[in-house]
Amino acid sequence: MPETLFRTMMIRGFGLLAVLMLFVVPVIGSRAMVQDLFGVLTLLVLALNWNLLAGFAGLVSVGQQAFVGLGAYTMFACVILLDVDPLWGILAGGAVAMIVAVPVAIFTFRLSGAYFAIATWVLAEIVRLVLAQWKALGGGTGTSLPKGTTKDMWGVQWLKDTLDVSSSAASDALTYWLALVLALGTLAAAYVFLRSKAGLGLQAIRDNVGAARSVGVDPTRLKAWIFLLTAAGTGVCGALLFIQITRVTPEAAFSVVDWKAFVIFITVIGGVGTLPGPIVGVIVFYILQRTLADYGTIYLIVLGLIGIAVMLFAHRGLWGLFADKTGIELLPLRHLPPRSAHSS
Amino acid sequence: MTEPLLATHGLTAHYGDFQALFGVDIKVEEGETIAIIGANGAGKSTLMRAITGLLPSASEAVRFRGEAIGTLPAPEILERGISMVPEGRKLFPSLSVEENLLIGAHAREGNGYWTLERVFEVVPVLRERRHHPGTALSGGQQQMVAIGRALMSNPDVLLCDEVSLGLAPVVIKEIYGSFPQIKGSGAAIVVVEQDIGQAMKVADRVYCMMEGWVTLEGCPADLPRDAIHNAYFGVNA
Repeated sequence: MPETLFRTMMIRGFGLLAVLMLFVVPVIGSRAMVQDLFGVLTLLVLALNWNLLAGFAGLVSVGQQAFVGLGAYTMFACVILLDVDPLWGILAGGAVAMIVAVPVAIFTFRLSGAYFAIATWVLAEIVRLVLAQWKALGGGTGTSLPKGTTKDMWGVQWLKDTLDVSSSAASDALTYWLALVLALGTLAAAYVFLRSKAGLGLQAIRDNVGAARSVGVDPTRLKAWIFLLTAAGTGVCGALLFIQITRVTPEAAFSVVDWKAFVIFITVIGGVGTLPGPIVGVIVFYILQRTLADYGTIYLIVLGLIGIAVMLFAHRGLWGLFADKTGIELLPLRHLPPRSAHSS
Repeated sequence: MTEPLLATHGLTAHYGDFQALFGVDIKVEEGETIAIIGANGAGKSTLMRAITGLLPSASEAVRFRGEAIGTLPAPEILERGISMVPEGRKLFPSLSVEENLLIGAHAREGNGYWTLERVFEVVPVLRERRHHPGTALSGGQQQMVAIGRALMSNPDVLLCDEVSLGLAPVVIKEIYGSFPQIKGSGAAIVVVEQDIGQAMKVADRVYCMMEGWVTLEGCPADLPRDAIHNAYFGVNA
């Protein structure tokens, strides 16, 4: 067996083991660890979505926090105004984010490059300001989930009895597992999509829009689908995040640092336009966060400097650098011909 | 009287305020090879872009199999059976040779004559380098990938925009050597060429363009050399 293939299999085996271990964390780990890893997994979901958008579709949006906030506020509206289970609110959060993404796409797709980026940020601010006027959800000061909401969530009682833990710990375990499934689902969906015919078209668009159009790829339609689907994924993640946080304010739900700067940092240092990039990025980010958490503002300055250094010296991020040096392809996006294309 | 396979009627095209085509009329019959010759800036590539929907034109200005397709977007025109080898090849650098070929079938798949295997039969070196990046090949091989990519949609009309540009004579000969098999597959071919001699060798009919107008048309054997030079350069040779 060639050495590269052996190493690839080793890393895949290690990855599989890590996933299995992640599934049992709520059973064997502390509640603090569950909450920490919940944060890591939700950031991974946001980074995977942003990577699809910016890294593969070339849509460098800096307004994805709009969909996090929309997801969060929709979930709160479902619970407070419609008195439904927060888990339904998660699905509603994704749906509302996707619906709002339609007019956003119609407006922003007329622009490109820096103008597109600025427009997405402006629209995110507009959404934030509009939701800050919603008095039923606390207006500018925000609101909290009604007492006992997370404890009464579907599945929490069963988990409480099965794991023999408190209602709060059971609620954390449930949201953690949902975040893990969402992260794995997003990764799998991105992998399948990028290896499909549409994924090949998307990579062609990234290389040369004009040439892609001349071979029959419709760049606008493909990009629009990516924009809508990543908006839905980001909205679902936003709703899930705020079930655990249990309190929403416009500043927290539309946080530029938490849901934009960190997400871009994770994707850039891991490797924009590579599937394992966000995974590597979120691990590095978590380690840096743990190591530098006590240094206040310096922590953010160091993150920024690391981001700049990676952009200067490793354009494809840490994973790209590693893959180029070793030849290892963890999640290869190579397209195999369909049967009909082979036969003669 | 039956309509030609592909025809333009009074086709005009603009780049902003600049008019590049002034009422161009051409027609392509089933199985024909047409050459469009002309100097730089004559409007040959613009004509290709207008036919394939990459430049807007009036609906009735382009007709294919009796249907007005002038306002259709590029993917829908390709779906109907008009495929183009763009000037400068325009391969996708992040895709392998095989992927560059496969994406040719993006808009129009089916059980046509052209498959990966058929393309590899015509150009065996592409099979050997199928996993290499498309842009890592020599210029001639890249051109064959671009032609193969266009063939993967099994077109009824293949438009080749300056396929010999910047290539060595031996490579050009190899490229044009593949044309009989392309014609054999049933596709009509439209070749845009600056090389008059090469165009005359392969074409059943020739259109000469100058500054956005068709200045001459006819069968190569019927066209006097002086008339071609006059139509090409706009002066008496």
